[in-house]
Amino acid sequence: MENNKVKVVLGVIGADCHAVGNKILNYAFTSAGFEVVNLGVLVPQEEFVNAAIETDAKAILVASLYGHGEIDCRGLRERCRESGLGDILLYVGGNLVVGKTDFAEVHSKFIEMGYDRVYEPGILPDQVVIDLKNDLGL
Amino acid sequence: MNHILLIDFGSTYTKITAVDIEKEIVLGTARGITTVETDIMNGLNQAIEALFLKTGKLKFSKVLGCSSAAGGLKMVAVGLVPELTAEAAKRAALGAGAKIMGVYGNELNEYEIEEIAQLQPEIILLAGGTNGGNKEVILHNARMLTTLGKDIPVIVAGNKSVAPQAVKILLEAMTEVVHTENVMPKLNELNIEPARETIRSVFLRRIVEAKGLNKANQFVDDVVMPTPAAVLKAAELLSKGTEYESGLGDLMVVDIGGATTDVYSIAKGDPTKTNVALRGLPEPFAKRTVEGDLGMRYSATALFKAAGAKRIADYANLSAEDVEAYVEKVEANIEYLPQNEVEEKVEIAMGKACTSLAVERHVGQLETIFTCFGSAFVQKGKDLSDVKTVVGTGGVIIHHEQPKEILKGAAYSESTPEMLKPECPKYLIDEEYIMASMGLLGEVYPDVAVRMMKKYIVRG
Ligand code: B12
Repeated sequence: MENNKVKVVLGVIGADCHAVGNKILNYAFTSAGFEVVNLGVLVPQEEFVNAAIETDAKAILVASLYGHGEIDCRGLRERCRESGLGDILLYVGGNLVVGKTDFAEVHSKFIEMGYDRVYEPGILPDQVVIDLKNDLGL
Repeated sequence: MNHILLIDFGSTYTKITAVDIEKEIVLGTARGITTVETDIMNGLNQAIEALFLKTGKLKFSKVLGCSSAAGGLKMVAVGLVPELTAEAAKRAALGAGAKIMGVYGNELNEYEIEEIAQLQPEIILLAGGTNGGNKEVILHNARMLTTLGKDIPVIVAGNKSVAPQAVKILLEAMTEVVHTENVMPKLNELNIEPARETIRSVFLRRIVEAKGLNKANQFVDDVVMPTPAAVLKAAELLSKGTEYESGLGDLMVVDIGGATTDVYSIAKGDPTKTNVALRGLPEPFAKRTVEGDLGMRYSATALFKAAGAKRIADYANLSAEDVEAYVEKVEANIEYLPQNEVEEKVEIAMGKACTSLAVERHVGQLETIFTCFGSAFVQKGKDLSDVKTVVGTGGVIIHHEQPKEILKGAAYSESTPEMLKPECPKYLIDEEYIMASMGLLGEVYPDVAVRMMKKYIVRG
């Protein structure tokens, strides 16, 4: 039954309304057997946290496409800890910063912010699914 | 026999309405003092005597009642995330006509348990977790509720995976524990109808008796629901109509009292503007909100604070000092009625402020997001800008000489463009004060109730 599926929260953070990648990820994770709690676009940090609490989700997948990722994503880990979600898995991907900044730099910046995995723009959803299953020990 | 008697056991008055369902007319209305403390029948008999003086003696084939006597149906709602399951539980209780004493989120602690015990709710609605979602908190809260030291009916409407366990825990301390569907089966999916129904049946079984309303049983066939639920039911009927009788479409109802202001809307509230994304919890089609700080007498000072002297003064075209002086007067003497033109103006302005603020809290809001491509909008709550009918009911509005002026507070205002209030509604007044009665009548004769409301609720 769908209720026994592992739940993941998915959404596009901040004032970002790029909706296409979100639908693709939703499809990819649903097909891979997860129950996706999809919050869609324009999602404030607080809603990611609330959704994860109420649904007992095991991971939060944050997308940011429009270049303000660094500002929008900062503080989400702290908010999770504050709300009792502690070290829930946090993944982030999309076009995290403006223009062509060196990805290694972006990667370490987001890792420092408390994200468990940080993805480059060209990532295939299948790889993300494999990573998540690994991280959850499924 | 075509005569039916409909009774509203109110907090102060017992109001009765006799209708002829064949001719579809109101035969008469009357009221007596509500006497729950002694014998509820005393006040009712007084009202019936007054009625018969007008109508002559009548025989009734059916007698139905609703009640907000003895403080109404007092409830506490418990959920997990305040904006999610706790809010869903609150909305279910409001929809069932309850008076919300408190809403609690997250794990209940000992202080909150003490507080709940003091609030003396008559029903507790326990939610928490989507189906398959968080299990720990609802179980923790069930355990905490067993330490209340009071036997209060509890309705469990949370995560279905652990609902039976929660019920079992609660049964250790409570006699009446009822399980129903989750108020939020999936994230952001509202499912309050089953909880509403369950609240109503517990009300019927337990509360009617506890409040001494059953003393009226020999005379009244059934006290079927709390009064606000009857008004909500009437509003739904008037809006949707029935198979045989058309309704008025989307509408709102405003009921201003001395202590609170109730707002009802029957409308989906989908975005009416383009480029709008919906966020937040979905809204119930039939929605009720209650504002405890907006009222004409007991809450006059609170209203003054919430609305601000300027708003009321602007409405009245008077000075803030005039407003303040009058507010102090009526709060000190709740029986006080306006004695001159200035006071009359303040009174209307206070009513308008109640309407305006209560409707603003009821409707959705639009937030603008600026992008390089222009602006996009996020809507939270119901967009009621297309609602064409606003009905005024309740003592304050219907006994007023200019009810329409009070109701105008419900309309969209350019000074607050983000509030999705009705843009150009027409105003109807429940002159005969029959809405609650029609909600009751609608239980048995929905077509008649719709036709009678269309006849008796008229343009202000
Ligand atoms: C279509 C589009 C729009 C449409 C969006 C329509 C809609 N509702 O979806 C409109 C016209 C509205 C738009 C507006 C803007 N856009 Co635009 N847009 C695009 C465009 C052309 C395609 C996006 C798309 O749908 N791609 C297809 C999907 C499938 O790919 P994706 O979104 O990248 O997602 C994939 C991966 O990134 C990854 N992924 C995404 N999220 C996540 C999350 C996780 C956890 C993981 C693991 C992986 C992952 O997996 C997805 C599936 O494979 C891109 C350019 C481009 N080619 O990418 C620009 C682009 C994203 N937009 C951009 C910008 C700047 C804007 C605007 C600010 C204005 C502007 N100058 O264009 C506004 C912002 C509006 C707002 N508030 O959000 C920039 C972002 C620059 C940056 N980050 O450095 C881009 C890259 C164009 C560019 N080169 O300048 N845009």
